[in-house]
Amino acid sequence: MDKIFYGIVFGAAGYTLFLLVIIVYAIGDGSIEIFSFEGLEFFTNTDWNAVYGRDAFGALPYITGTLVTATIAMTMGVPVSIGIAVFLSDIAPSKLSTPLSFVIELLAAVPSIVYGLWALFVFRFWIVGLIERPLYNAFGGSIPFFAKTPFGLDVFTAGVVLAIMIIPIISSISRELLKAVPNTQREAAYSLGATRWETLRIAVFPYVKSGLFGAAFLGLGRAIGETILVTMVIGNAVGVSAIPTSLFSQSQTLSSVIANEFNEAASSLHLSALIGLGAVLFILTMAINIGGQLLVSRIVKISPGVKE
Amino acid sequence: MEETKLDKANLRHQLQSTMERKSSRKRKINKVVTALCIFCVGLAIVPLGSILFEVIKNGIRALSIEFLTQRPGSMISGRGGIGPAIQGTLITVGIASIIAAPVGILAGIYLAEFAGNGPFPHAIRFFNDVLTGLPSIVLGIVGYIVVVLTIGSFSVWAGSFALSIIMIPIVVRVTEESFKVVPNSVREAGYSLGIPKWKITLHITLKTAFGGVLTGIVLGISRIAGETAPLIMTILGTSLFFTGFNEPVDALPLRIWRLASQPYESAHSQGWGAALVLIFMVLLFSVTLRFLAMKKGFKVKAVI
Repeated sequence: MDKIFYGIVFGAAGYTLFLLVIIVYAIGDGSIEIFSFEGLEFFTNTDWNAVYGRDAFGALPYITGTLVTATIAMTMGVPVSIGIAVFLSDIAPSKLSTPLSFVIELLAAVPSIVYGLWALFVFRFWIVGLIERPLYNAFGGSIPFFAKTPFGLDVFTAGVVLAIMIIPIISSISRELLKAVPNTQREAAYSLGATRWETLRIAVFPYVKSGLFGAAFLGLGRAIGETILVTMVIGNAVGVSAIPTSLFSQSQTLSSVIANEFNEAASSLHLSALIGLGAVLFILTMAINIGGQLLVSRIVKISPGVKE
Repeated sequence: MEETKLDKANLRHQLQSTMERKSSRKRKINKVVTALCIFCVGLAIVPLGSILFEVIKNGIRALSIEFLTQRPGSMISGRGGIGPAIQGTLITVGIASIIAAPVGILAGIYLAEFAGNGPFPHAIRFFNDVLTGLPSIVLGIVGYIVVVLTIGSFSVWAGSFALSIIMIPIVVRVTEESFKVVPNSVREAGYSLGIPKWKITLHITLKTAFGGVLTGIVLGISRIAGETAPLIMTILGTSLFFTGFNEPVDALPLRIWRLASQPYESAHSQGWGAALVLIFMVLLFSVTLRFLAMKKGFKVKAVI
């Protein structure tokens, strides 16, 4: 009986590995057609045309769009997240930090489609009125980075909303990491007369640096893979015009193209091209997540007191 | 003599004043950093407040018995409701959890009770974490290729399969963690009575760890209930009620997406209503999760 039970639980564990094999196989099998059609130029071409006879599929604009929105999201999201984590772990009294952590984690529970709805009908107008228009009026004529009349459906909006979405993720992992730093580290710094900021800088951050990087990586993985929210606010440009030339350009990410065109794929080649975009996305997020996991698990493993 | 004394006093005075100046600057920097951190918290709270406010304000106007139970009517008139979407979400998510919960629990049991620290369990743990981070749209594509192309139709099965891949790693991870906090004396008590290991695991250890396992399942469900991307290419969405497991169904996130992309005010209003229903379902789950966790004294990793 014990052996049978072992067989069952072993099988279940094996199934999770098997799933990964299926995923790799399905994505690989589905994208063979496009890679044999475009070859490696799939990564460098900028055309995207599904009309029969004029088929051309290049992933470059969408790769650029993905990287640009993710960069915007990270430059805003990471510092804010770490600020929140520091506040929750080192500044706020526990009476305040417990309910606050709860509220921030609620943000993580909000489905991305609701973020999207809010971004499309509410936040977009804030961002146009408060940030984009003033920037455009001030620099639009002189700096190409701020050119193009802003409508709120652009890479900037997508990046900002992505930042809002990944903040709860990065900040709650960072908070766990900061809490895992032994208090003796802090006490040593305080006893030398360091202020709280100096303590953080000399005794706490060096201890969890790689872990914080890892947390940011995991957030980056989310930002790159997020689909529906981006689809709603990025303006959905296609082909060359999807390469963002200014902060207020319409664009598309790898995942938003898939979401927009998958059900209307004109040919099996078009479908395969979309699956090929999925393959690029898969490799990108896989690399980022493996990097992130390695960094986070290393820090959590070496710090005593994190496991009860 | 007099001069050196004066010098010393002077020096001390100078030293003190520079130290004071330095420490007052230290304090200032410290205050600035504290203020910045508080500002960051504010930055995160404002969107949450606004989202909840807008969803409730705009959503409540759309709510009615008709809205919750009827099929969608014409987009322009704003008649009809989201009945099929609610039903479809419940069915798709239900089947996904029926697949994912047992597989996840058993795999978690394997990792916690049987595996030890060899390379194979290490690989499973590692790839399990990697699986957690995969974009859901990729899993939608997998669902399309593996199920939709095999059956030949967009279907509940395909959607549930894709969602189950999202949920399994979450359940595995939480199950393993909650089994590991069960004290060994509990198992040893069983061994001393000569009970076989599988019985100990299922009847004693699992019972002790049940609170944790349950939170894992609830966490997984609340996560997949809000997924939109993998449903696009698996269940497709329809305006009809459930007709069979091999047929397309609707789901709340999909319905919200479709409504939001319409140019009509009435469709947007319905979209807010659907969002209110969805957020209510998901937040209800998260709050239940918190409550369960607190009651059982189990600490849940907030974001997995």
